[in-house]
Amino acid sequence: MTEKVGVYICHCGTNIAKTVDVVDVATWAGEQPNVEIAREYKFMCSSLGQDLIEEDIKEKGLTRVVVASCSPHMHEKTFRTACERGGLNPFFFEMANIREHDSWTTDDKEAATQKAKALTFAAVERVIHHQPLEPIPVDINSNTLVVGGGIAGISAALELADAGYHVYLVEREPSIGGHMAQLDKTFPTLDCSACILTPKMVDVGQHPNITLLTYSEVEAVEGYLGTYTVTVRKKARYVDEEHCTGCGICIEKCPFKVIDNVFEAGLGERKVIYRPFPQSVPKYPVIDTENCVYFQRGKCKACQLFCPTEPNSIDFEQEDQIIQMEVGNIILATGYDLFDVGKIPQYGYGKLANVFTSLEFERMVNASGPTDGKIVMRDMETPPKSVAIVHCVGSRDENYHKYCSKVCCMYSLKFAHLVHERIPEAEVYNCYIDMRTPGKGYEEFYDRLLEEGTHFIRGKVAEITDVARIPQEEGKLVVQVADTLIGKQRRIPVDMVILSPAMEAKPDSREVSQLFKMGCDFDGFFVERHPKLDPVATMTEGIYVVGACQGPKDVPESVAQGAAAAARVASLISRGTVMMEPVRASINQEECSGCRICNNMCPYNAIIFHEDRQVSEVITALCQGCGTCVAACPSGIITGAHFTNDQLFSQIEGILWDVRTESELVPGD
Amino acid sequence: MKQFAYYPGCSLESLSVSYDQSALESAKALDIELKEIIDWNCCGATSYFHADELLAYTLVARNLAIAEMDGLDFVAPCSGCYKNAYFTNQYLKEDPDLADHINYALEADNLHLEGKLSVKHLIEVFIDDVGLESIKEKVNHPLKDLRVAAYYGCQLVRPRKDGENVEDPQFFEDLISAIGAENVNYGNKMRCCGGSLIMTNRAAALDMVYQLLLDADKNQTDVIATICPLCNVNLEAYQSQVNQEYKSKFKIPVMYFTQLLGLALGIEPDRLGIGKELVSARILKQFE
Repeated sequence: MTEKVGVYICHCGTNIAKTVDVVDVATWAGEQPNVEIAREYKFMCSSLGQDLIEEDIKEKGLTRVVVASCSPHMHEKTFRTACERGGLNPFFFEMANIREHDSWTTDDKEAATQKAKALTFAAVERVIHHQPLEPIPVDINSNTLVVGGGIAGISAALELADAGYHVYLVEREPSIGGHMAQLDKTFPTLDCSACILTPKMVDVGQHPNITLLTYSEVEAVEGYLGTYTVTVRKKARYVDEEHCTGCGICIEKCPFKVIDNVFEAGLGERKVIYRPFPQSVPKYPVIDTENCVYFQRGKCKACQLFCPTEPNSIDFEQEDQIIQMEVGNIILATGYDLFDVGKIPQYGYGKLANVFTSLEFERMVNASGPTDGKIVMRDMETPPKSVAIVHCVGSRDENYHKYCSKVCCMYSLKFAHLVHERIPEAEVYNCYIDMRTPGKGYEEFYDRLLEEGTHFIRGKVAEITDVARIPQEEGKLVVQVADTLIGKQRRIPVDMVILSPAMEAKPDSREVSQLFKMGCDFDGFFVERHPKLDPVATMTEGIYVVGACQGPKDVPESVAQGAAAAARVASLISRGTVMMEPVRASINQEECSGCRICNNMCPYNAIIFHEDRQVSEVITALCQGCGTCVAACPSGIITGAHFTNDQLFSQIEGILWDVRTESELVPGD
Repeated sequence: MKQFAYYPGCSLESLSVSYDQSALESAKALDIELKEIIDWNCCGATSYFHADELLAYTLVARNLAIAEMDGLDFVAPCSGCYKNAYFTNQYLKEDPDLADHINYALEADNLHLEGKLSVKHLIEVFIDDVGLESIKEKVNHPLKDLRVAAYYGCQLVRPRKDGENVEDPQFFEDLISAIGAENVNYGNKMRCCGGSLIMTNRAAALDMVYQLLLDADKNQTDVIATICPLCNVNLEAYQSQVNQEYKSKFKIPVMYFTQLLGLALGIEPDRLGIGKELVSARILKQFE
């Protein structure tokens, strides 16, 4: 069966034509079987070049088109669209790369021209076997799920809700706010963190388009872009949200306190029935059953006794709720954790009382924190006269995390400033490797700290010890550091040390990524689709990652990413239906023997097995067209659309045009 | 009786003979036979590896090859000998060319190193092979209320071998607890004693010894326990020099851990070399 193939050899100015004899290739191509017309042209991607294709299709009745030019990454889309305009199915097009794969790799004109012929002919042989594939339409459910209620999740949720679309915001803790709610001031403006965050939190709590599910976790995710079915467990608070007014009397009257290891970073206490912080959204408290005397021993019930609402809002019988929701897209904004500084015993955290982590210090300087904002030592009373701040604890370190955590230089400077502000006579030492202050106003902030009289020591801290060698070191913490700018070892006695730990992925990030069928990188952060050009999408359609769960970043970047993902989702929702690339696998179920080898090979969990009929099936919408199952199937009955055996073998035959001894029959012909 | 190929090393034949005595005695009391390697040679200590690396490895390999003949694991009581033996063993396993080269030299003595044995420090034998529970059972003279500063020294865990805790190991303290004594919590337990520096740069090494003694003394130490003859000599024999130099008044006895272990197991003090020290260990008389 003959086709009419149009072949176009592009000069690409001199990029190709300087090395490949394009005229020769075009002439030669024109003589090959099935080729109706072969042209060479200066710039095929130009509108004139595209017009050539369109006109030839219409006038010469072309049934296939081949363009030999640059990489498909550049212009495959351009030429496919040109074919479509000419009335030809866009998948009846094939591209041969005679630039990146040919003219740009050598100066040898003869070899380059020979190769160009081979690549072009291969494309011709292949395109004859192409099928008229149609994109697959997928309906997009207008609901969106945002997982994680920190600043990134809040940003994404508000953008979508304001656009008029409904959002489910699921947060693991009893209140939204994330780590930003724990901070005191934010760099470089020294805005109060809660003051800028809480209005957004209130917006979320009151927004008609946001269904807020706190103290909840996602348990299962089924489906694909446009039609995800998500199962969420709303954990029992033992407080009836319908009747609770948030008055807080239960919290006041609760007789038992425990150390708050979550919000107060172990520095302060909370009651057993509690709200994480006063501005919590939602306002409903939660009972910590592990420490509650009623749940452990059946006594007390003070909260219930004093609750003034009618009916009583304390419900000890409350159970977890399982909620199912249908959403079209999912945005992951699960945030970060801090590196466990106990893993570096040389820094003495845990052993030496006055060594603090950055989060502990944030709570300390916070006006509503455990010390009302006073900077004091571990005895909760004495202010320090000298403070050392250690940068890069666990970051930029081959032994722990190689990466830079981006925000710590800035907040370390912020801490230095706060110490200067609250204890003017104190000496402050920042021990750093490099000072990383790239954002707007960041370098100016560093200058300010230089003016304030901070001592900057360029060197990684080797050890923090309380073993004194000279009388001046008695009773102090000695910071041993190499001061590389003066070329000397220094021992600096201080009262307090603050460690700036690395920002890490949350410990369960790998399990979470598997739940959502996408991937983590080596450090446990979620993987974006493209590090430069697509930082919020993932390789799984319909799943996006925003904020620190994708990598260390500060608040403005998290907000920007949240908004970016929201915009992407909004565009899908507003289109209503999305066309997916038809380059997918399909299983010939009649010939499937049910061996199930393909089931576990699929990296996207896109193959299901029908127990009743004992055959496998590819879920087209989940398939990403990687081809693994196609290769794995021992019976060879899985077809990879646009990469069939006929197409690939013809392509290979085409490449070998000048060494073929006789006309080979393609298997399956 | 579990057997080990025992490499005493040069120090245990002279200045640290009490370590050798107490090691053999306490091992025997715990059903361990330390079979001395025949015709062993010096391990090269610190200096030889800087003079001629290849010959230094060969020197150590010879000892390992002799030990291998009996099919027993190699045990060294001195941290320096231990470090040399451990790393020679490891490097020869990793580098077959080097192993071939060295085996070529060993052939002159009818020896060949296969690389089948493991190298251990003496303290590992007590902790891993005997076990703390067995030791606790056999202790009949617990060193009650004796404040012991377990001094690891720097070469026992460094260079890193396996992922063990190099900043704050506890196994030596666990052994001290097992024999009924009280552990002193002091910061310098992993710090270097100065080693051979005591000969080449006396002032620097004396400062290091001073810091160690100062830290132990500040934390009310009755006895410092060591696992290496050089550490022991630096801390004990030079105590008077330190006192002269720094106007201090240290009088802390420095004993080998096997001496303390032997005492707790009820062995007579003169069989453990107790009574021969330069800084009197009078305090131990109560446990005899």
